[in-house]
Order: sequence, then C-alpha cells, then structure tokens
Amino acid sequence: MMKRPATVYWIGFCAIEALLIVAPLVLPEFWRRFLTEILIWGLLAMSSDILIGYTGMVSFGHSAFFGLGMYGAAAALLMVRPPNLWLAIAYGLIGSAGVALFVAYFSTRLRDIYFAITTLIFSQIFYVIIFTWTEVTGGENGLSFRRPALSIPWLFSTPFTSETLHWFVLAVVTASYLVLRRITRSPFGMVLQSIRENEPRTRAIGYAVERYKIVAVMLSGLFAGLAGVLYAVQNRFAAPDFVYFLVSGETVIFNVIGGIGTLVGPIVGAAFFLLLREAFSRFFTEYYLIPVGIIFIAMVIFMPQGLLGFMRRWLNR
Amino acid sequence: MLELLDAIPYDQILIQTLNGIVTGMILALIASGLTLIFGIMDVVNFAHGELFMLGAYIGVVVLATSGSFWLALLIATLVVALLGAALQITTLRPLLGRDPLTTILATFGISLVLQNYALWQFGPVARKIQEPFTGHFTLFYLEYPFYRLLIAALSAAIIGGFWLFLKHGTFGIWIRATTQDRVMAQAMGIPVPWVHTAVFAIGAGMAAASGVLFGPLVGVNHAMGLDWILKAFIVVVVGGMGSLGGSIAASIFISLLEAYASIWVSPAQAVIVSFVVLILTLLFRPTGLFVPTPK
Amino acid sequence: MSPDAPVEPLVAVEDLHTYYGKSHILHGVSLCVGKGEVVGLLGRNGVGKSTTLKTIMGLIHPDRGKVLLDGTPITGLPAHKLARRGIGYVPEDRRIFRLLTVMENLRTGLDRHGVTDARKRELLDKVFAFFPVLAERRNQAGGTLSGGEQQMLAIARAIMLEPRIILLDEPTEGLMPRMVSQIREIIAVLNREGVAILLVEQNVPLTLEASQRVYIMEKGAVRHHAAAAELKVGDAVIHQYLGV
Repeated sequence: MMKRPATVYWIGFCAIEALLIVAPLVLPEFWRRFLTEILIWGLLAMSSDILIGYTGMVSFGHSAFFGLGMYGAAAALLMVRPPNLWLAIAYGLIGSAGVALFVAYFSTRLRDIYFAITTLIFSQIFYVIIFTWTEVTGGENGLSFRRPALSIPWLFSTPFTSETLHWFVLAVVTASYLVLRRITRSPFGMVLQSIRENEPRTRAIGYAVERYKIVAVMLSGLFAGLAGVLYAVQNRFAAPDFVYFLVSGETVIFNVIGGIGTLVGPIVGAAFFLLLREAFSRFFTEYYLIPVGIIFIAMVIFMPQGLLGFMRRWLNR
Repeated sequence: MLELLDAIPYDQILIQTLNGIVTGMILALIASGLTLIFGIMDVVNFAHGELFMLGAYIGVVVLATSGSFWLALLIATLVVALLGAALQITTLRPLLGRDPLTTILATFGISLVLQNYALWQFGPVARKIQEPFTGHFTLFYLEYPFYRLLIAALSAAIIGGFWLFLKHGTFGIWIRATTQDRVMAQAMGIPVPWVHTAVFAIGAGMAAASGVLFGPLVGVNHAMGLDWILKAFIVVVVGGMGSLGGSIAASIFISLLEAYASIWVSPAQAVIVSFVVLILTLLFRPTGLFVPTPK
Repeated sequence: MSPDAPVEPLVAVEDLHTYYGKSHILHGVSLCVGKGEVVGLLGRNGVGKSTTLKTIMGLIHPDRGKVLLDGTPITGLPAHKLARRGIGYVPEDRRIFRLLTVMENLRTGLDRHGVTDARKRELLDKVFAFFPVLAERRNQAGGTLSGGEQQMLAIARAIMLEPRIILLDEPTEGLMPRMVSQIREIIAVLNREGVAILLVEQNVPLTLEASQRVYIMEKGAVRHHAAAAELKVGDAVIHQYLGV
C-alpha cells in the first residue's frame, strides 16, 4: 500500500518539528543557542533561495537585508521604551524592505553576473555607511540593547528564557517556511520558476517579468530582514560585521550545500556548514575554515545539486 | 572671487592627483587580470584579491631571506602564477560549461581557503615590505616619495608589456582569438583549455606583482585582498566587462576621484565615491563608461 | 541503389544520435568520405546537416554512435586535437575572428608546431593566389570585410591547417553568382590536390556538379545515398527531400 506523497511529507514535517520543539529541553545551553542560531541562519538562507533557487537570480546582497533588519530592530529597541518585540519586528522589516526596494530596482535592469556583482557591491555600500556613520549606528562597535519581552498586547508579557526564545524563533521560522512554501507552489511561484528556466520565453508568453522579479526581491528581502530581527533579539547586539559581504557569501554557500530550489535545503545547508565549522574548530583549533573551505569547493564541483538536491522535485510537488 | 581661488588647496590637489594615479595604476594592474580572465573564460575570479595578498606575503618572505626587493617581485609573480595555473586546472576546468554561478562559488571558496591559509601561516599581525629605495622630491613644500612614482611607472610598464604581448606573437593571437570565439579557436587547432590556464596564470601573476609593489605603502595582512577585490569589481563593471582599456581608464578615473575626495572626507568614507560612480554607470551606461555604446 | 562507399574511408560516422537538451537532432546518421573524395550532404534547413559536421569536428559530442578518422575512433576528442589531425572546418556563418586582421586570422591556422617558415610562405602565397583580395586586405580587421571576402577568408584559414578533409557548411549562402563559381573552382582545386571535402549545401546544381557522391538527409537521418552522376536536378528524389 503506497501512502500518498503529501502524507509522507507532512509526517516527516511533523516529526522534525517535534524534534525541534523537544530539543531545547534536553540540550545543554550551548547547543540550545547553537540550534536557535542554525534556525536563524536557515531562515536567511531560505529567503535567499527564493531568488537563487526559484527565480534564478544569484544575489550576494543578503547581508544588506539581514543587516538592515538587525539594525532596524536595534533602533526600535533603543528608541522606544519599554522595548517592544513587535515594534522591533516592524522596524526591522521596514528597514529591510527599503533596501530590498533599492536592490529590486536594479535587479530588473541587470542580469546574471552583473546582478550578482552589483548586489555584492550594494551590500558593501551599506556596510560602509553603517561602519562610518558612528553617531547613528555605533560604527565599528555596533549597538547593544536589551532583549524585549515576549508580549501579546493586553494579554501578557514575560521575559524570554532560552527555551521560550528558541520556541519563538522556531515558530517564526516554521511559519515563514509554510508561507514561502505556499507561495512557491502558487501560480506566482510557478511564474518565478518559469523565469528561472527560460526568461525570454516567459516574457514572450506575456508575463511582466520585471514585476515578478521585483516582488521576488522584496519577498526575499523581507524574510532575510526577519532573520536579522531574530538575530538581534537573540544576541542583543547589532554589528556591522553582519553586513559585510562575506555574510552574503556564506548565505549562498548554505544554499548551494543544502540544495537550491528546495526551501528546506538551505536550512540543512546552514546546519551542515555550522556544524562542520564547529567540529573542525575543535580539532584544528586555528584556521578550521581551511578544511571547511576545501570541502565546500569539492561539493561545488562534485555535488552541485547539494545535499537535498535529489529531493528537489519531490519537495516541490 | 579671488578668495575662492585662494581657498582651493592646490598643493593638496596636486598631491592627490599623484596619489590617485599611483593607486589607479595598481588597481589597473589588478583589474586587468580580472577582466582578462572574465573576458576569455567567463569566470568571475573571486579569489583575485587573495592572489594579490599572497603575492605580497611571498614578497615579504623573499625579501626577508634575500634582501632584494626585485627578486621578491620576480619570485612572487612566478610562484603565484603557477599557483593560479594549478588552481585553474584543479577547480575551474571541471566546471567548464556549467552554470556561471558555480565558478563564482568555487572561486569564493578558494578565496576563503587562501585567506585562512595566510592567517594560519603568517598570523594576524601585519607585515611590512621595505621599499627598494627611499627618497623624496620636493613638491611645493611637501615631499613626495620617489617610490610611489616607481610603482606607477612599473605598473604601466607591466601593462604595456602585456599589451604588446597580446598584439604580436602567436600566443597573443591565440588569446585574442579565444576571447572572441572560443569554439572557432578550437576548430583552428588552438589548445583552448591551455590558453585558459595560461591566461589565468598571467592574471594571477599580475595580481601578485601588484601585491609586492603596493606592499610598502600599506601593511601586508591576510585581509588586504578584500578591499581590492571590491574595487576591482567596480572598476571592471564601470570600465566595461571584458574591456582591457576600459578597466585601465576606469581604474585611474575612480582612483583620482577617491583621492580628491579624501581631501575633504576620511578615506573610509571616500570609497563611497566609487559606489556612486558604479550606481550612476549602471543607471545610465550599463555597458561601461569607457566603452563605446553598442548600437 | 546505393553506390559503393569507399572501403577505407578517411572519415566515417556510424549511427550518430545527438540531443540538444531534450531535442533529438540526429537519429542515427551514418555516412563516410573517402580519401580525396568530394561528398555532398543535401537537405532542408534544420535536418541536422550542420550538427553532423560539428560532431565530426568534435565541437559536439554525440550521445550515441561513433566518429572515425582513418578507421580510428575519434568520438569525444576535443576539436583542437582534431584540427591538428587534419580536419578543417568552415562553419555556416563563416565565424572569422572579426577583431583580428586577415593576416592574424590566417595565422591561427598557420602558426603550428613543425611548419617551416618556407612552408608557411608557400601556403600564404597559395591562398593569396586563390584570393588576391585577401592579400590586399591582409592588415585589415576581419570584421571590415564584405560577406564574400569573409567567406574566402574562412576557407583560406582552414587551408592553413593543411587539412586532409575540409568540412564546408553552406559556403555559397548569400553570395553573388560570381563568387559562387569562385567557390566551385576552389573545391575543384582542393580536390585535385587530394583534399577530401564534405560539402553541406542547399545549392543543388553546385553540389551535384562538384561531388562524386551525395547523401540526402531528412529529419535527422540519411534517407538517400547516390552517386552524383546518377542524380539530376529535376529528379523526383530531389524534389521529395528538398522541395525544389
């Protein structure tokens, strides 16, 4: 008797969710935080999959979206008393939406490599602005602030514990995944994939490719910004390092390692990379990035579809 | 009116013009290699800044053991060129014909490995390369080092020498033919895979030479490639992707603007100039400022 | 009735199947060219004639089937090695190097290992004798030449390789009648010198005149094979596969 694929999928999904929910209760503190960070970076990578995996637009600009989300949240948490979680999210999303709009404009006029390089340079532009505008952004040292309480207006307010923060992040990431999954499987998502497969043909059929690209960039930027907000809330600081283009590079690495066009792939990729880095840093105490980098290069050459690439069609059905 | 003329800091402008030209020539040397590699094999070499950095480090080592700056320059160039060839053969050849994203990723991976290798071998403290000679000449009441002029002259000589090499000689023809039409070059018996390797090696060597030449002006450390790779990318886009002449012109143009800007703002902020130039280019002349507009 | 194909052909392809992405372009093409033979390959646009030539030249690797040179399999070898083994290629759109001068274009074929300076001068003199206009324009950029001149350059460039076989893809396309007869003469001269030619053409009279044998392709396979002497322009089979 063959189960329908959808059932298998949801069973798998629930099993993994259950594991992630239980995890903070059994893991020591360090690993608890580590897991939460994996989820946050996973969200960032997933957001970039919309562009890279589904629309076929390679972007190195995600550090800008992430960073603006982070600094936006910082702004809310520093400027408004008492620090409010939802306001932080709102500010962060507005910040990253602004950047996304800027990038989106250029995305419609450039293709392929030019777009990739330009997004890279844009993320550097924001880095330089943040780094040098010390009065507003704290410059090199960044900003630190207190973590807001988990509050639902008029209902309750309680400070986060390590566990509840994890669950909150898990909830946000899960919700984001479900939303993005819904979107990629909708007619809109189909058009994006059609753009990836053959842009001129999609245009010839009559779709306003530019508009779809702009929406894709905005969508990608918003979720990346959300990841930035979560990071700010978890770590209680915002620093320019996260806007440096290397962060964008790492995001793309997560995507490729995990498998582009799968949404979950990038999360797995983030987990794999971060775990690998953690493991190597214990054995090769210094310069663990060398073997990690070599493994990455080997994967690009020999396993370009990524870890979950083989599941891509199944996941998108 | 006279006050306005008086307020213009002529001496600063002259100094910055010279600085701009010097930096511009170094940038041109780096960007030429990058644009050459892109033009012939459609590879965006993310690791180019690290090749520059390795060149500088090898220069440090050779200088320390031999005491000769010129030997350092020569050896660094040769070693990095060979390294470049080895990298191209092992990591880029297998990727030929695949999605261009994969080469960006592979070279990005290489850049990570090289950066950390340098950090591991040489530590985080910056090293210094001594100039081959000191000495200034007097410009107004300021002193300008001869060495800087030497850098500009040498860079120009290297680029010029390479240009001559391209224009004459069988190998130059092979490179130009392969850049224009890779498929037809193969059909004419030109060993295109080896031409690619050689060009990558040449680009790497040029980057290394820049590293050694520039070394005395700044500290040599593992992250020095990062700033330059970004500037080089900007130059290559502004100058017109794949256009050697365009890259050189754009390098000098942007470096001059940045040098002038640094009269009034800090160097960290002066880089915004190059960003602005890039954005304007993308908005109004996306094929490149120094390339004739395609009809 | 098929004519006797040469026993030991210079170039042979057996059962070639080639795909462009999902399109099945060649459905089992088999043909051969003997030493010093001129063989024509006729067919409408899009039947796979150019693809067959590109496969022989090593620019495309077939998904199935073999390419043989002097009986030795060369399937999958890169094009630059085949050029050095004596296969010359003159593509459909000429594809001269536009930014190189005429002389430099020729040198891409001339500058080879083992060719003496004297021999180089001989080869140059030969092509300049065939194509005096190239001598005149030797230092001009290839892109400034007219269509017909570019065609001459493309052929001259292939001759520089001293090939044993030249793959000619629609050399007379878009040329004036005067140049068409020049092409016909070149083919005859090359043939006299023992160079084999695989001639893809839409110009039926020219092909029948110049070739010893003719293959006709349709929808990715060879449908007819005859001695050129046995075919005439108005024949039913020509009409069937070429619609002329």
